[in-house]
Amino acid sequence: MSGMSKIVKTISATILPFITIYGLYIIAHGHLTPGGGFQGGAIVASGFAMIVVAFGSIWTMEKIKEKHLSIIESLGAIGFIGLAFFGLLFGAKMFFANFLVKQDVIPFFNQIGQGLSNINTAGLLPLMNLAVGLKVIAGLFAIVLVMAYATSKIKEGTAK
Amino acid sequence: MAMRNSAAIIFFVIVAIFIILGLLSIHPFGDTSDINTSMDDHIIQNTQKETGADNGVTAVVFDYRGFDTLGEATVLFTAVAGVILVFRRLNK
Repeated sequence: MSGMSKIVKTISATILPFITIYGLYIIAHGHLTPGGGFQGGAIVASGFAMIVVAFGSIWTMEKIKEKHLSIIESLGAIGFIGLAFFGLLFGAKMFFANFLVKQDVIPFFNQIGQGLSNINTAGLLPLMNLAVGLKVIAGLFAIVLVMAYATSKIKEGTAK
Repeated sequence: MAMRNSAAIIFFVIVAIFIILGLLSIHPFGDTSDINTSMDDHIIQNTQKETGADNGVTAVVFDYRGFDTLGEATVLFTAVAGVILVFRRLNK
């Protein structure tokens, strides 16, 4: 039986969705309010690190492998640099050109207005925040999970 | 060992000289008369018009200085790849 007591497990499993929602809110509103992809991703990854502490890294490693986290992180990196390369094709034809700046980022989602303080503004910035957020979530969670798992393997004496 | 120590002392003295020279040439605290502020004035006044973002920091990080953020993301990627590589034998 790995992990901490039943009280800690219940509490951390209960507040994990709230931490995740808050981090995703920080990522999604990165171009409007303080925060962004890095900060929101760190919040979500710290919530998952709490799960690793409460339930034990061996239990967590049975649920999700670091290979999948690595794939998610690479997808975030590819999305980020892909959006940067799309700037070479459209708009100002520069690397990192913000070619969506005067348009709707998400079509059919403009009912709440076109001005500032609208989540559907700022061109590429929300998409880049999302890509960097995915990258930071998966990357930090993979670091914490891999190191905790190796430590518990050494403690058990089953490491090769 | 003595050679490493003397090399460390030499590097320490060189770095300290550079830091002290830099501190001597700094302007007085709060004196903004001789500072060129054209870059931050441009960013403060035109961020909302040019990028549509209310958060100027995110606009600078992802739009004006996107190349720097690419380097930052590369640093994170390298860190994760290094950690997974180092602990690969233990995670089998």
